[in-house]
Amino acid sequence: MSHSQSASQTAGPYVHIGCTASVAGLENMYGGCDLGADIFPPNVPGQKIVISGQVFDGAGDPVLDAMLEFWQADATGRYGANGPSGGWARRAVDAEAGRYRLETLLPAASGEEAAHVKVWVVARGINLGLHTRIYFDDLPQGQDPILVAIKDPGRRSTLIAQRSGDDGYIFDIHLQGDKETVFINV
Amino acid sequence: MSDNGPFNSQDMSLQPPALTPDYRSSRLRAPHHKLLSLEQGAGELAGPAFGQDVIGPNDNNLIINYAAPGAAAIGEQIMVHGYLLDENARPVPEALLEFWQANAGGRYRHKKDSYLAPLDPNFGGCGRTITDEMGYFSFRTVRPGPYPWPNGGNDWRPAHIHFSCFGQGWAQRLITQMYFEGDPHIQLCPIVQTIPDPKAIERLTARLDMEHTVPMQFRAFRFDIVLRGRGCTLFENKLEGN
Ligand SMILES: [Fe+3]
Repeated sequence: MSHSQSASQTAGPYVHIGCTASVAGLENMYGGCDLGADIFPPNVPGQKIVISGQVFDGAGDPVLDAMLEFWQADATGRYGANGPSGGWARRAVDAEAGRYRLETLLPAASGEEAAHVKVWVVARGINLGLHTRIYFDDLPQGQDPILVAIKDPGRRSTLIAQRSGDDGYIFDIHLQGDKETVFINV
Repeated sequence: MSDNGPFNSQDMSLQPPALTPDYRSSRLRAPHHKLLSLEQGAGELAGPAFGQDVIGPNDNNLIINYAAPGAAAIGEQIMVHGYLLDENARPVPEALLEFWQANAGGRYRHKKDSYLAPLDPNFGGCGRTITDEMGYFSFRTVRPGPYPWPNGGNDWRPAHIHFSCFGQGWAQRLITQMYFEGDPHIQLCPIVQTIPDPKAIERLTARLDMEHTVPMQFRAFRFDIVLRGRGCTLFENKLEGN
């Protein structure tokens, strides 16, 4: 190795200017299109689902300035097979309750890994972006290496989205505290 | 070295820890549990890609990309340029870089920024580009102003530009900040000082680059970004004489 990795710095409270300009109030930037608004191009086959939830801090208060990115396999378990950025999306949480909503397709398992959506969380106060995963409570989890590695069932449950309604799943992210989400060093 | 092997693990001695009490916002937002280590799978090795078709002609010129026709942002005009590389000193080509910053007075164009410095009607504060086959990138902007921020004391951010970097795999995703050589606030800033190694701070500090400074027009600043490499072992290092 001849170079050292660049250090991370917080995305800060104004990350939206750079990453989701319309949320910051720059509606006409980049032709009004935020990158990652749609996770797959239209007509990619799969079961439509909606994942939604909130982000909370260690005091249980909603985090109002987070940006989330999502990266997932398609309904056949392949990554990046549906256009160059297919399977990737980005959301700013809302400024009222730290809420997000992702309309996507149910991913399939990939190798040993159970079906899941990868999440990356940045915000003011987060020095190094946090990786986690969303698994689904009504899908088989088999011998998924991450879930198997988490011995405490309470901790494991922080990675499992709960089915709610016909096509919906609820997945909250707790940065700290009793319900702290499991974060991953990828 | 392998092109498809796992990415080298994150060098945590160069990265800021999650909990850095002097940066107050980290106190309630730092996870207390250790990160769970993961063997990278197909999804960590792959990542989204963005073609030139997402980039508009002025996306890498913040001086004019939000300005009225014929107008320009107020402030000292600069160029920022450099290379996106990995630890093996190999270029990271075709990678999307997004950048955002305050205006020359230190004010962000953001609903939540209420600092007394005025907004510049001709400055939006964001841009983006895609690295070329050598990992090279450049953009034009105005030098951002330092600004005060609520952290419990008299805290001012050094002038800085935020960078979002995609690499070739999800494991390389990085957000960081670029500082300017000679800024006395670098030493004083609790956010900069979350980084434990002074050399790592130096690497986030852009250098005045007179070679690319254009006489009577603008100064150039050089800033390189290094993402995690893949498949590099000590043995291979020796073989290649790195
Ligand atoms: Fe900033």
